[in-house]
Amino acid sequence: MVEDLAMNEDTKQPMTPILKVRDGQVFYAEKQAIIDVNVDIHPNAVTAFIGPSGCGKSTLLRCFNRMNDVIPICRVSGSFEFSGQDIYDSEVDVVSLRQRIGMVFQKPNPFPKSIYDNIAYGPKIHGLASSKSEMQEIVETSLTRAGLWNEVKDRLDQPGTGLSGGQQQRLCIARAIAVQPKVILMDEPCSALDPIATATIETLIDELRENYTIIIVTHSMQQAARVSQKTAFFHLGELVEFGSTEQIFSSPVDERTQNYITGRIG
Amino acid sequence: MTESAIILKSAGSKRHRAEARFRAYGLIAIAISLSFLLVMIGSITMRGTGAFKQTFVQIEVNLPAEKLDPEGTRDPEVLRKARYGKLLKSALRDQFPDAKKRADKKSLYKLVSSTAEYSIRDQVAANPSLVGGTHPFWVRASSDVDQYIKGAIDGSLEESQRRVNDKQIAWIESLEAGGNIESRFNTQFFTGGDSREPEQAGIMGAVVGSALTLLICFLLAFPIGVLAAVYLEEFSAKGRINRFIEVNINNLAAVPSIVYGLLGLAILLNVFNLPRSTPLVGGMVLALMTLPTIIIASRSSLRAVPPSIREAAFGLGASKVQTTFHHVVPLAMPGMLTGSIIGMAQALGETAPLLMIGMVAFIVDVPGGVTEAATALPVQIFLWADSPERGFMEKTSAAILVLLGFLVIMNLAAVYLRRRLEIRW
Amino acid sequence: MAVSSDISIAARGQKNRLVELAVRCVLVLCALVAVATTIGIVASLLFEALRFFQQVPLTDFLFGLEWSPQTALRSDQVGSSGAFGAVPLIAGTLLISAIAMIVATPLGLMSAIYLAEYASERTRGIVKPLLELLAGIPTVVYGFFAALIVAPMLRNGGESMGFEISSESALAAGLTMGVMIIPLISSLSDDVINAVPQSLRDASYGLGATQAETIKQVILPAATPGIAGSLLLATSRAIGETMIVVMAAGLAAKLTANPLEAVTTVTVQIVTLLTGDQEFDSAKTLSAFALGLLLFVITLCLNVVALRIVDRYKEQYD
Repeated sequence: MVEDLAMNEDTKQPMTPILKVRDGQVFYAEKQAIIDVNVDIHPNAVTAFIGPSGCGKSTLLRCFNRMNDVIPICRVSGSFEFSGQDIYDSEVDVVSLRQRIGMVFQKPNPFPKSIYDNIAYGPKIHGLASSKSEMQEIVETSLTRAGLWNEVKDRLDQPGTGLSGGQQQRLCIARAIAVQPKVILMDEPCSALDPIATATIETLIDELRENYTIIIVTHSMQQAARVSQKTAFFHLGELVEFGSTEQIFSSPVDERTQNYITGRIG
Repeated sequence: MTESAIILKSAGSKRHRAEARFRAYGLIAIAISLSFLLVMIGSITMRGTGAFKQTFVQIEVNLPAEKLDPEGTRDPEVLRKARYGKLLKSALRDQFPDAKKRADKKSLYKLVSSTAEYSIRDQVAANPSLVGGTHPFWVRASSDVDQYIKGAIDGSLEESQRRVNDKQIAWIESLEAGGNIESRFNTQFFTGGDSREPEQAGIMGAVVGSALTLLICFLLAFPIGVLAAVYLEEFSAKGRINRFIEVNINNLAAVPSIVYGLLGLAILLNVFNLPRSTPLVGGMVLALMTLPTIIIASRSSLRAVPPSIREAAFGLGASKVQTTFHHVVPLAMPGMLTGSIIGMAQALGETAPLLMIGMVAFIVDVPGGVTEAATALPVQIFLWADSPERGFMEKTSAAILVLLGFLVIMNLAAVYLRRRLEIRW
Repeated sequence: MAVSSDISIAARGQKNRLVELAVRCVLVLCALVAVATTIGIVASLLFEALRFFQQVPLTDFLFGLEWSPQTALRSDQVGSSGAFGAVPLIAGTLLISAIAMIVATPLGLMSAIYLAEYASERTRGIVKPLLELLAGIPTVVYGFFAALIVAPMLRNGGESMGFEISSESALAAGLTMGVMIIPLISSLSDDVINAVPQSLRDASYGLGATQAETIKQVILPAATPGIAGSLLLATSRAIGETMIVVMAAGLAAKLTANPLEAVTTVTVQIVTLLTGDQEFDSAKTLSAFALGLLLFVITLCLNVVALRIVDRYKEQYD
């Protein structure tokens, strides 16, 4: 099955996965949250992680940019690779890892700064802009890509916290884009938003696929079906089934997947 | 792939240095703060532990019956009235006949405490059979001799630079050689009242004064504080008045303590004419000062009692007062007590307001009641710290150690209460 | 009849209602003690201060540059009337408080940052109580430390480097007071920093910021109002502090900004004027209450502003 998935859908050429997990395990103290997960994430596609709450999908997502590092009791083993390099290698610098693999969180969390400063923060700490005009360009491009430019271009100096929920989340996406990542991890990015704002974000995710690899954790199966090309179904810490979204939703192989999709568990 | 590999591993060692530096600043700040604590406690302990020991000198004193008790009654009352100072001085002269000049004799008498004669008097009165013979007595050495023996006065200095002269040192050495100098546990320090003489001064008076003051403080502040908290938390409507009282309490908690002293002076002493310098007034002032702490702690512990308890009691038909005092207050009691002990600990260390109401007087006797003039432990520390005699430096540090000891006990009691009794909801 | 009383839901007996009413009255009275205390403070200070201002004009008190309250015994002596200009006292108070804040702010703030952001649960469990210990030490102990250990050390140190440092220098009192205030700043700032939502930290780490960058550029700016509030509270505490300055600062009023010289403070003067023998109606004694009023007003303003800032800050993240 892995062989089958490693083909670009358009060209049917073998492709190198950008993220590769082998025998991934995560423990919280004594409790195992992720059990023997093997998964390949391919570039320029949206991969959805679905499953009932507590199934480990967010935990796995946070392994890719080592956001679990801040939890002292959390222990990770197995091999996690980004473009062929071990993410958990002792020489790897989490700072540059997270620059490459950005993240968007469940609740919109703009900094209590102006819209401009929210976007400029990342490029500033990473030294991506050498002049003021370059920075302005980054801010404009990022906001444009996140589809927010037209709405905020006249009030860049106003606090980001003053925007509506959906706008705040798009601001967070723009902020993530501004550091030029390869991968964007999205942890239930629409769970705090209303349906209209959700629709806007979903369209945006689809557009972003062209330039970025996206992994989205969601508890909404409809959302997974709408935005993703690949879907991974997790249950009790195990990766039950991974395949093209179409296949997972139309003809799931595993009984648990079927039960979840039809609403019998979860 | 290699391009990204390079980026992954090499990102900004400059940024990492900045990170390490910032983290180090934090550690350094903590280290500096804690080293102050260490230096302070350490230096005070070093200076203070000496005061727990006192040097005693043994002197053979002749007690002629015709001088002490010419009528031969052996009545302790009569024996108490005799003059022992002269006997002690002649005993010293007999022991060291080389002291011939007036100045030398004066130095000689200064070897023992000026209170030594009273100690001989007490021993004779307690045991009248001593009269008529020559007996060895252990008496307190003077503060200077005590300090010299403890090494606080450096004998290698120029004679004019130190408080014991060469002759005195020779006498001390001869006494030491004869086994007539002894260092004993200083019970007087713990059982005696204040004195002008460092070697005689004790903290009992101040400790009792503090205890009486705290007793008054607790008796006033605890019930008033708890009941005020009950009113604010359980009874009052959450409106403007409630808010006004709340703001009032929060601001009172931050009023400088000396202002409470001014309040006590102007109102309790000058308007109500309560007795000056007494634990009664001191306790009242400290009660007002600790009230905000107790109210704030009691409120948060009342708030921690889950509403289900109140609903259960109401459901059984209990009235508001019954619900509150039968169910809610008992459950909140450990938290209230913890808060009150911490408030009492603050009150115990408080000095400034007590200065304002005159608890700074020099008081030798241990106070017997709340309306007798008294001093308190921190005020005693303040008074001793101001005394020029070298011996008081040691006594001040020792009194601080005792004060800190009491504070540690109170805080440990609060921690114990919190751990053992407080119910976690 | 028996049946009807069994199922009666009419009001309970008169006695019960009286008890409830009495209890309520007692509770209200207890709560009003706090209000009465405030009124008592304001009234007593104001009353005595007004009597003082009948003898000495308010403007002389507030703007006078000379403070020498010793009213002479004989009227022909020099300076027999006494001078009651509070400016040197206020300046001395501010000088010592400023030194204290300069010492305590970086130490307290950095300690709070380390404890809140870097320290492991274990380190926090050890260091926090130790810092609180520093706060629990009575001020008279700090005063003793300042007067008998810090001041001689500074004087000797200054001598060896060729400075002349007064044995009652503002520096000794200020340094010691700074140490006393460290735990106040660190515990208040710790609370404030912990109130910054975790989501902001996540956002910053997710962008690849280091911890120091996150703290300096995200957490501290977000916590600024709260930290400002706690610094104000600490300043108010320093201004009202009595024992350290009584024991370690000078008695003579001197208008200077040199921390190596001796200055006196408002609280020192209150203590000096009111301990020992006093004639109650003299301007000298009454001036202590005017100083008390001044102290109360200054600290109250600082507290009200600080508490408001902190409250509003906390509401923002609730």
